[in-house]
Formats: sequence, structure tokens, C-alpha cells
Amino acid sequence: MRHPAQRWIAGLLVGCATFLALSSPSFAVRPDELLSDPALEARAQEISRGIRCVVCQTESIDESDADIAHDLRVLVREQLKAGATDDQVRAFLVARYGDFILLKPPFEARTFLIWTGPFLLLIGAGAGIFLFYRKTQRREAAPLTAAEEARLQRFMAPPDDNTTQTNATQTNATQGNATHSKGGDRS
Amino acid sequence: MRRLIFVLPLIVLAALVGIFVLGLNPNRDPRAIDSPLIGKQVAVFTAPAFATDQPGIADSDLLSGAYKGQVVAINFFASWCVPCRAEHPLLRKLSAETGMPVLGLAWKDKKQALQGFLDELGNPYARIGTDDTGRIGIVDFGITGVPETFIIDKQGIIRERIGGPLSDDLIETHLLPLIKELQK
Repeated sequence: MRHPAQRWIAGLLVGCATFLALSSPSFAVRPDELLSDPALEARAQEISRGIRCVVCQTESIDESDADIAHDLRVLVREQLKAGATDDQVRAFLVARYGDFILLKPPFEARTFLIWTGPFLLLIGAGAGIFLFYRKTQRREAAPLTAAEEARLQRFMAPPDDNTTQTNATQTNATQGNATHSKGGDRS
Repeated sequence: MRRLIFVLPLIVLAALVGIFVLGLNPNRDPRAIDSPLIGKQVAVFTAPAFATDQPGIADSDLLSGAYKGQVVAINFFASWCVPCRAEHPLLRKLSAETGMPVLGLAWKDKKQALQGFLDELGNPYARIGTDDTGRIGIVDFGITGVPETFIIDKQGIIRERIGGPLSDDLIETHLLPLIKELQK
């Protein structure tokens, strides 16, 4: 027997799937705009997707229902029909509306930072982190002083059941600590 | 060197705050688009006449015809455009205070609706041309809608574009000084 929540979730999923299947992506291009030549129409749509709608500003003219977007789509298609290349069509629009009409800004000296900024920041931050950690690591790897070395040797020595030895270790350990704190001052 | 690690984030923060403060400037409109046509010669265009007793408007009127050697304004408007109603009285004020002819281009409008609009609000235009398809506005002036106003100097070069309705403040602080300067 299935849990009621399970059934509820299954119902929700079926509902969502039905909704997605029935809804088509918003398609602003009106049927009468379409060119009869499919290759030309494909080019027109490709260009339109990169052209900003000048009133909605965040949409491309291919997606926008605005009247002026329709006008620009028709304009793009007319130019293509007249034999213009994709770049010529874009240049035609840029000459009238500026680079702003391109959803992707062109790569030039003025827009250099827009394109490369994030990567420059990443490289700069990466280099900073690398240098910072390399410095701290080098400090940790400073060689032991002679006293520290001697103390380490004593600890590493095989265990010995001799009480006097233990005492001696303790005394030495105190000395070693003193030496160590001296070394700490230096860094 | 060690201190830099602590100071650097503060410098970055200060720079960001500076950018944000600039962005908050109330006079800055991020939606405003600079027209690449400013500083360029007005395009070749011919707008058919609206009235039977008046000619239409063409670039040749500015360069060699009736308005040769004059500073003129071209105002794109439409009877269906609500902000155009708001700026309508200001057009008369603009031409009255400067003596500059304001030429109207009715953008995607219908003759009858346009006549009704002018009957109701008056006609501040020296001439009215019609742009039924909207192509003159889009192709020759790169407008994004109506109203839009262009100031064209004595040589027929576009000097300013106002994308949106005129306001008293804009006229007083910006357009009047600019037009007087161009008229010298």
C-alpha cells in the first residue's frame, strides 16, 4: 500500500510533465514574418537572438512581443533577402542604435575589461592565495635548531626502563622548551 | 607586505562603494541609450505631407530647402502615445523661446486620429510629415519609440537626441542653452 504523500508527489509530477508538454516556448515571431527560404530564416533567427529589443532591453528581438521588435525582425529579414551578410545586418543596426543593440558587447579596447575582468580577477586572486600560502609554508619548514634536534633524538630513541633516564628527559625537555620559545621570538 | 593583506580589501571596498555611489546618481538613467547618430549628418529621408496645404519633410529641406542654415528640432510623436500628450505644450514653448522650428513626424499614426489629436491639443509644428510604416524613425533616426526629439544644427548635423518626453526642467537646464549655442 502506498503512502498518501507518495501518491500526492506522483500526481504533482504528472501534472508538471503535462504542463511542460502542453506549453510551448514563447515564440514572438509572427507567422507572416517567416521567410520562405529555411536557410535564410535560420540566419534571421540566429541574428535576432543576438539583437536586443530596444524597449524591453533584457530580451532579444526574437523573444520580444514589442512592436518595435517586430519591426526590427522584419528589417533583419528584408536585409537578408536583399543579400546582406550577417555582419552587414548587425552593422546596419549598430550604426543606428549603437553597440547597445548587441546582446553580446563586441570585444574591443573599450570593452576589454568586461570580457577579461572576471578572468583577470580570478588569476590575480589565485596568484595572491598561492603567494600567501607559499610564504606560510616556507616559515613552517624552517630547519630545527641544534637543541630541538637533540630533543627530538631523545624522544625518538627506543624506550628504556630507567627512571634516571626519565628524569633526565624531563630536565632536558624544560631546557628544550626554553630554546624553542627563543626560536619563536626570532620568527 | 603583511599589512597590504589587511589594507587591500579596504581599498577594494572603497572602490566598490565609489562605483555604487556613482550608480545611485538620480540624474543617471541606466536605460538611456546614447545614439550613435549624434554628430552625424541627418540621413536621407522623405516623409510625405500630412496636411494638403503643407509640404512634407525631407532631409533636403534642412540642407538646402526651407530650413537651410537653421537649427531645427524633429519631434517624433503619435496620437496614440500618452507621453506625447504630456510634452505637447512644451513643444510650443520650445519653439516660442528659441524661434527654432519644430518639425513633427507622426510615427505609425492614422490621419484621422492625428487630426483629432491636433484639433484637441493644438498644432505646435511648423510642418508635419508622416511616417506610417515607422521606417523613417527606425532606419533613419534609430528611435526606440515615441516621443523622441532630435536637435539638428545649421549644417544638418544631429546634435542631440531626447529619447522620451520633454520636461520643463530638461528644456530650461539643457535644451535652451544648447539651442542658443547652436544658433549663434
